[in-house]
Amino acid sequence: MKNHDDHITSYSLNWTVLIVLLILTTISILAIKMHLGAYTVALALILASVKVTIVLTYFMHLKFENLLLRLMVGGVFLLFAIVIVITFIDYYFR
Amino acid sequence: MNDSSTAVPLNFLNHKTGLWSWLSSTDHKRIGLLYLYSITVFFCVAAVLGLLMKIEKFAPGQTIMTAQTYNGMFTIHGIIMIFIVVIPGLAAVFGNILLPIMIGAKDVAFPKLNLFSWYVYITGAFLGLYSQFAHGHVPDTGWTFYVPYSAEATSNVVIALTAAFVLGFASILTGLNFIVTIHRMRAPGMTWFRMPLFPWSLYATAWIQILATPIIGITLLMVIAERTFQIGFFDPKLGGDPVLYQHLFWIYSHPAVYVMILPAMGVVSEIFPTFSQKPIFGYGAIVFSSLAIAFVGYLVWGHHMYTSGMSYQARWAFSLLTFLVAVPSAIKVFNWLSTMYGGSVDLKPPLLYAISFIFLFSIGGFTGLTLGSLATDIQVHNTEFIVAHFHYIIFGGMGFGFFAAIHYWYPKIYGRMYSNRWAYIAWGILFTGFNILYFPMFIMGIQGMPRRYFDYDPKFTLGQEISSIGAFILIIGLIAMISNLVYHRRKGAIAPANPWHGVTLEWQIPSPPPHENFDEVPVITHDPYVFDHPYTK
Repeated sequence: MKNHDDHITSYSLNWTVLIVLLILTTISILAIKMHLGAYTVALALILASVKVTIVLTYFMHLKFENLLLRLMVGGVFLLFAIVIVITFIDYYFR
Repeated sequence: MNDSSTAVPLNFLNHKTGLWSWLSSTDHKRIGLLYLYSITVFFCVAAVLGLLMKIEKFAPGQTIMTAQTYNGMFTIHGIIMIFIVVIPGLAAVFGNILLPIMIGAKDVAFPKLNLFSWYVYITGAFLGLYSQFAHGHVPDTGWTFYVPYSAEATSNVVIALTAAFVLGFASILTGLNFIVTIHRMRAPGMTWFRMPLFPWSLYATAWIQILATPIIGITLLMVIAERTFQIGFFDPKLGGDPVLYQHLFWIYSHPAVYVMILPAMGVVSEIFPTFSQKPIFGYGAIVFSSLAIAFVGYLVWGHHMYTSGMSYQARWAFSLLTFLVAVPSAIKVFNWLSTMYGGSVDLKPPLLYAISFIFLFSIGGFTGLTLGSLATDIQVHNTEFIVAHFHYIIFGGMGFGFFAAIHYWYPKIYGRMYSNRWAYIAWGILFTGFNILYFPMFIMGIQGMPRRYFDYDPKFTLGQEISSIGAFILIIGLIAMISNLVYHRRKGAIAPANPWHGVTLEWQIPSPPPHENFDEVPVITHDPYVFDHPYTK
């Protein structure tokens, strides 16, 4: 089965991913001090989404899974994005 | 035993004996039965609480309990029925027993996790009961735990919240197990579109379980944090927003309605072809409508909040989406009816319950449109109209779907037949009692009878009396049905492997199934509902 194929990622790639995640975490913390008002939440969500995507792709090996599984994970993110947008419609117009 | 004619073949029920063999079993069928027995006990407790509430309302004023006791009664009735009975209900019982068999597997993907889920479920269920008897007051928030009241009430709300949180874990673990099982363990040749419709419905349900349940878990923890540590999530005094609680609660709890109803739709999708001896009409349409319900059902939670102070733009968006979700449900109904059309219809008890499901669910669905419309919803909001609609959907839909399932698969599970005559009688009493109990609540709701009130204006007396009489009839029907099933568990005639001439895989193995389901892994070469295939002769 395809999902049983060997897919060994290199140490250098894993270190790179880790460093990128730490940089993004640092930006998340610094963003709080930038006083962006309501956009702080949006920025935090965007940064968190990028971090999750990187973790799923490299650390959880989604990159090596078949197309169906990747589409399903993508669908889940899309669903959550829609849920968050609909919730904020209420707050934006209230 | 030397006399082979009296020897009972080894099956999952008798291959090991003793209480511990059940409590430590990782066999998916035994775990399904553990769920069945637990759920039945809790269902009976909650049904008795429901009956007591209807006795209280038989006459205006206080009759058998105080207002505070009544508040506790409807809270625990709701918590037990929703979190302990209906949400796990069909998926945990019949999903566990039948999913691996119907896809040609020997067990679920993670058998030990499956048993662990049951223990988590039992822990949550007993925590729920404990909240009733622990020191302090019985929780009186209703099963929705709305803030600000649930953040301030002095009753045992934290214990009840913890119970719901723990029960959610069991639901997530079961959903995860089913998704992996369906992806990885289908028999050779069983492509996605050769999979029967009950596993398809479980698949759609499982996605909702793992995606939506964490949201309610976190939300309930937030209420506990607010009560315990004064962290302001929902209380305006602490900088929170009470409407946010309702958003988060219904983001889970509306999809949870589909966790309840989708497996019931899967059950009747198995029953209609079997008792019409005809392939299901619109297999693909039913599959995709299940997935569409799971997806669109995620986006309609706001129709529970029209009167909560949401923005107008959000309200009309939710109203539009609510009307959309009716479409896939209607597609299914048309497909079931078309399956029976021109078929060799055999009105056995499972089919009778399945047809009742369509009838009652349709009434619930149409009255749901009344609630999905902004203007009419405001008229009947928080009235007994809602209670009636909800019970037509959940009891009439999931409940009658559950009864259809137990009457359909009973011979397979226990290897015995129940009495058809008593099954018909019990159905008649149940169906009559159900409608007498709940239909008057539509009328009283439109006339302005609020829900969750233990007293009422004398003008509602006749309606309440009729409804209470219906509750007694319904309970008699339940007793008749359960007695029939329990008595014939040991006394019923021996069931053949395929008493209903079904064509899906569970009917091709002995009744009760062997411990590991199949002697040889089946190879699937055809669609699931082929009635003239040599395999089924």
